[in-house]
Amino acid sequence: MSEYKLHLLVCGGTSCRNLQSDTLAENLKTEIDKQGLTDVAQVVKTGCFGLCDKGTVVKVIPENIFYAHVKPEDAKDIVEEHIIKGRKVERLLYTDPDKKQIRIALRNCGIIDPENINEYIERNGYEALGKVLSEMTPEEAIKLLIDSGLRGRGGGGFPAGIKWDLTRKVESSIKFVVCNADEGDPGAFMDRSILEGDPHSVLEAMAINGYCTGSNYGLIYIRAEYPLAIERLKTAIKQAREYGFLGNNILGTGFSFDIEMRYGAGAFVCGEETALIHSMEGLRGEPTMKPPFPSVEGYLKKPTNVNNVETYANIPVIFSKGVKWFAKIGTEKSKGTKVFALAGKVNNVGLIEVPLGITLREVIFEIGGGIKGGKKFKAVQTGGPSGGCLTEKDLDTPIDYDNLIAAGSMMGSGGMIIMDEDDCMVDVAKFFLDFTVEESCGKCVPCRVGNKRLHELLNKITSGNGAKEDIDRLINLSNVIKDTSLCGLGQSSPNPVLSTIKNFRNEYDAHIDDKKCPAGVCKALMTYFIVEENCVGCTACARACPVGAISGERKEIHYIDPALCIKCGACEERCKFNAVIVK
Amino acid sequence: METVKLTVDNKKIEVPKGTTIYKAARKLGIDIPVLCYMDLADLNIEHKPGGCRICSVEVEGRRNLAPSCSTEVFDGMVVKTHSMRVLNARKTVMELILSDHPKDCLICPKSGNCDLQNLAIKLGIRETPYQEFSEMSTYRKDFSPSIIRDMDKCIMCRRCETMCNEFQTVGALSAVNRGFNSVVAPAFEMDLEDSPCTYCGQCVAVCPTGALTEVDHTNQLIEDLSNPAKTVIVQTAPAVRAALGEEFGMEPGTLVTGKMVTALRRLGFNYIFDTDFAADLTIMEEGTELLDRLNRHLKGDKDVKLPILTSCCPGWVNFFEQQFTDLLDVPSTARSPQQMFGAIAKTFFADRIKVAREDLVVVSIMPCLAKKYECQRDEFKVNGNPDVDYSISTRELAHLIKRANMDLNNMPEEDFDQPLGESSGAGVIFGATGGVIEAAVRTAYEIYTKKKLDRVDFKQLRGMEGIRHANVDFNGLEVNIGIAHGLGNARKLLEDVRNGISQFHAIEIMACPGGCIGGGGQPLHHGNLSILQKRMEAIYREDAGKPIRKSHENPYIIKLYEEFLGKPMSEKAHHLLHTHYIDKSKKIIYMK
Amino acid sequence: MSRIKVELRKDQIDKIKEICRSFNNNEGELINVLHKVQGEFGYLPAEVQEVIAQELDISVAKVYGVVTFYSFFTMIPKGKHPISICTGTACYVRGAEKVLEEFKKELEIEVGETSANGKFSINCLRCVGACGLAPVVMVGDKTYGRVAPEMVKDILGEYESQ
Repeated sequence: MSEYKLHLLVCGGTSCRNLQSDTLAENLKTEIDKQGLTDVAQVVKTGCFGLCDKGTVVKVIPENIFYAHVKPEDAKDIVEEHIIKGRKVERLLYTDPDKKQIRIALRNCGIIDPENINEYIERNGYEALGKVLSEMTPEEAIKLLIDSGLRGRGGGGFPAGIKWDLTRKVESSIKFVVCNADEGDPGAFMDRSILEGDPHSVLEAMAINGYCTGSNYGLIYIRAEYPLAIERLKTAIKQAREYGFLGNNILGTGFSFDIEMRYGAGAFVCGEETALIHSMEGLRGEPTMKPPFPSVEGYLKKPTNVNNVETYANIPVIFSKGVKWFAKIGTEKSKGTKVFALAGKVNNVGLIEVPLGITLREVIFEIGGGIKGGKKFKAVQTGGPSGGCLTEKDLDTPIDYDNLIAAGSMMGSGGMIIMDEDDCMVDVAKFFLDFTVEESCGKCVPCRVGNKRLHELLNKITSGNGAKEDIDRLINLSNVIKDTSLCGLGQSSPNPVLSTIKNFRNEYDAHIDDKKCPAGVCKALMTYFIVEENCVGCTACARACPVGAISGERKEIHYIDPALCIKCGACEERCKFNAVIVK
Repeated sequence: METVKLTVDNKKIEVPKGTTIYKAARKLGIDIPVLCYMDLADLNIEHKPGGCRICSVEVEGRRNLAPSCSTEVFDGMVVKTHSMRVLNARKTVMELILSDHPKDCLICPKSGNCDLQNLAIKLGIRETPYQEFSEMSTYRKDFSPSIIRDMDKCIMCRRCETMCNEFQTVGALSAVNRGFNSVVAPAFEMDLEDSPCTYCGQCVAVCPTGALTEVDHTNQLIEDLSNPAKTVIVQTAPAVRAALGEEFGMEPGTLVTGKMVTALRRLGFNYIFDTDFAADLTIMEEGTELLDRLNRHLKGDKDVKLPILTSCCPGWVNFFEQQFTDLLDVPSTARSPQQMFGAIAKTFFADRIKVAREDLVVVSIMPCLAKKYECQRDEFKVNGNPDVDYSISTRELAHLIKRANMDLNNMPEEDFDQPLGESSGAGVIFGATGGVIEAAVRTAYEIYTKKKLDRVDFKQLRGMEGIRHANVDFNGLEVNIGIAHGLGNARKLLEDVRNGISQFHAIEIMACPGGCIGGGGQPLHHGNLSILQKRMEAIYREDAGKPIRKSHENPYIIKLYEEFLGKPMSEKAHHLLHTHYIDKSKKIIYMK
Repeated sequence: MSRIKVELRKDQIDKIKEICRSFNNNEGELINVLHKVQGEFGYLPAEVQEVIAQELDISVAKVYGVVTFYSFFTMIPKGKHPISICTGTACYVRGAEKVLEEFKKELEIEVGETSANGKFSINCLRCVGACGLAPVVMVGDKTYGRVAPEMVKDILGEYESQ
């Protein structure tokens, strides 16, 4: 990509594509052609930039100028102003606050054209594979990975090198290397972004993994809901085969390795490695007991090494830049960076990649730009649906695997949902439980029935029927579910309950003792009032009420009978004088 | 062998590597409660899905509890099986199971014989804390001719799924849906009757709760016995006498033939007959058919179907009618002993006692649930009136005897009635795997060679091995015999037949482990297969004690042919004692 | 799952068989087969599952067990314009629930159902990865971002005449 003076990188991630980034790219090309600048500037459709609520994002390099909220019709301005006149288009300008970010896993996302292997190669792609294959024994390569301290980015945080070593040590003529791309945490989409923006980094790492563990077969298990990522992976695999990075006798070293795709079908539990393996075998995605670990007995009962996308994306750089470089980033026990998906009530929603050890405060208030609408920060949920809710007091805790667990949450795959004063924490716990109830595979009792009962207990509380002892029941039940469930899903599913009880006990008490929802979320606990000063007696509310709960003569103050009110909110919607309020 | 040392409840033990905590604890005499776990070691099935979590124990250094049934021991492991943390977890998990289980134990058919009930007692469950606000998973009740599925009571132990798929390879059941709604069911949650179910009843035999039970005819029987207008006669299958005593606390393997006869007489049956008589009749027909096919084969007849397959097991008949429809002309056409008995009872015997067919009720006591379906088949009805009116299982009979305030333990012994109560030892051994073919060999040998057997015991045909084969020398003619019990084993032999590579002349197949002694209607063995072994020994003991050991020497059989049937495979015999098979595969795949 | 009876034409059966063959009739490929077949038929009625079971030589119960395990597979035909509402966390905290309620109210159907005229069906999905646009609704392939309950009528209106 170096022969051009300017490169216009147009985000081709799922969010931006939904905002017609394809049309924008086309328009830019047309404009460039029209102006005769074909040799000067090039339009590149890239993977996700991670600035999803700023879409469509266009980055101009080498100047590193970001344009945000670019619409297809802005193409003309960008070409005429920026390229021809050399002036920035002020109204679209966006300053990327990524000063604290370090991009390792996302190093190529938003920079290269993911459908062009040459761009990956230009950025030292497949250099690590060549180096490992020609200069290192599998043992040396694994030792290097162990020394780097890289831990699995899928949630468990198990040291990747040690996992590889386990598979390597098992004697078997057939072994498998699996990439877990069944990203299921709602709100987390880093794996999708990597696959869409930099698919070759994953392929390269899988091939290295194959060499190290003694495997010739790779499988990528990917969600069927990610059509773009699937397409780009397919293209990447094809190109890698053409270039000899996959297939027989890679780079003339005698090592052969190829990759196939397998598709998920909408089951969160398949992110668990044994469930994933069963799913790949055409079975119900139910987890089984470990041991035997997949590294000993996995896909088709053969030794299988499973890592997730983000873990793989880290690996080629570690080999090309070296352990020392990598190990300098992060904390003592958690090396490198982690990609988080910031979502919820934060100003800058999107993907970020930060060094481990950064504090939640830096992430939320500096990178995330603080809370939307100037509201008050209340909690942050890390670790996806089975993580925990952390509060103000945890904001200065450095983020790493162990600190998050100590604080009652976990790293998970990197979802980070920010909540403000308008969120009811009992309701939030209920929301997450709703998810686990729906996604429980049903195999073991504590997860199948226990989570359902947790959900019902929470429902009891949010509907105003909670009793004092329900809190103890929630706690005991949560602990037993964690203690006895078969797989990671059940072992962590009560975390939202336990962490919200621990950190927001007062909200639970308010629901139970005062029958009030302090955040005003739980419908059953709300009461609709008419503010006497504002009511003009127009009767609109009374006419809107479907159950006749509102009484009052014309031009007189109206009254809502709480015994009849079904809390549908029709009166509030209808009142033009802000006379109906809900508390 | 590599061994591992560990400590369980402060006791040290050394066990082979790969042993589970549960088994190591058992060696120490420590009893860890289990629920979904099922060890059918002799069938090579150890069902340990780790689903119920009741057997969870504390392992030092491990963050969470470990299911002892499926956690392997390691060197230096320290286990606590009954710590307070464990008891709390077990209690809570049990409360969860019960929160999704009906509480109608009073009228549940499994009451008193229910693993879940026993466990609730053991774990001291005294309340159901979620009841007032919790949803239960509910399903449509499914009534088939043999088995009732009441999935509200399913606890997802999935033992039935293992039996149906791994052991029987029938594939009628699978876990379906996900999460709280998951349940074991036939495809599309259709009725069992429309599924490939063979009614072998092995799912019922292993179900720990009342989710899978047999269709109970006891109340119908009581009604008929109390109706003076009806003549009620009963036939009892060979395997029943070797197991019924267990329901009265007797040692497995106790023979209760005489006591059972007395009990039946006291219940009010007009005649107490023996299915063993009909088994002898079966041998006459099936043995003749075998010889006929063999002779034709030896004469070079290319159309003759060999091996001949036995046809007394209705579960097995259902299996090939569903899944091996290309082989429908291979099995013997001989009806099962139950149906031969019914056909003779409602013709020959009804005439003799001058009772109209409609007023004669023929009841069978069977170790089997498929028999309940078999006697309802249209082929075995005359003008809508069935040859055998209904069949009750060994378990149902035991309950009925108890209901009538009788105890088999102090029951005197009496004899069957005649003429349909006399049998040879050959009829008795029908109850165990290999028995039918041994009985057939005893008769076929003597008819073929025209010589008397010196020794009637063909020990090479006996045993618990799933698939067995043996050669019997018919005076120079080597007859190759195959035996399979369990439909999964049967499938293997059948695939060979289908592919034309079977080396056998005759194959005996029984759907259930051990043959009828392990039938789906027998007292529950709860996975303890040594019980089956003892029942088998009892069957052979009964055979050995009989004065007549060969079917064709049964004087009442000889007389029946003389007076009524003519000779084996005669037209009359054909009409009453043989059947045809139906292609039921369309029932499953209804597009072609 | 409710049961809709379907008569398969010969060419449809052949198509299913062809798909199974393209995966070497390997039972391990069941999920891939189901994906392909659902792509072809839009849903997986019982009759289709029976053909698949026969081709892969596995029990129909097993196929059904897999179909009902994965939420991606459906036995009910979707509407002409399938509406998918993202109920991922980001969308939830930004009001996806209210949007969902509005669709349900407008179309008078529940999640997983298809409207009587076969035009619309509603289902929920977990995170389409467009969290920046939360709450997100998809109608067919078209994505609507930052949807508010008030927009529901207009969105449906776009498809009224189609």
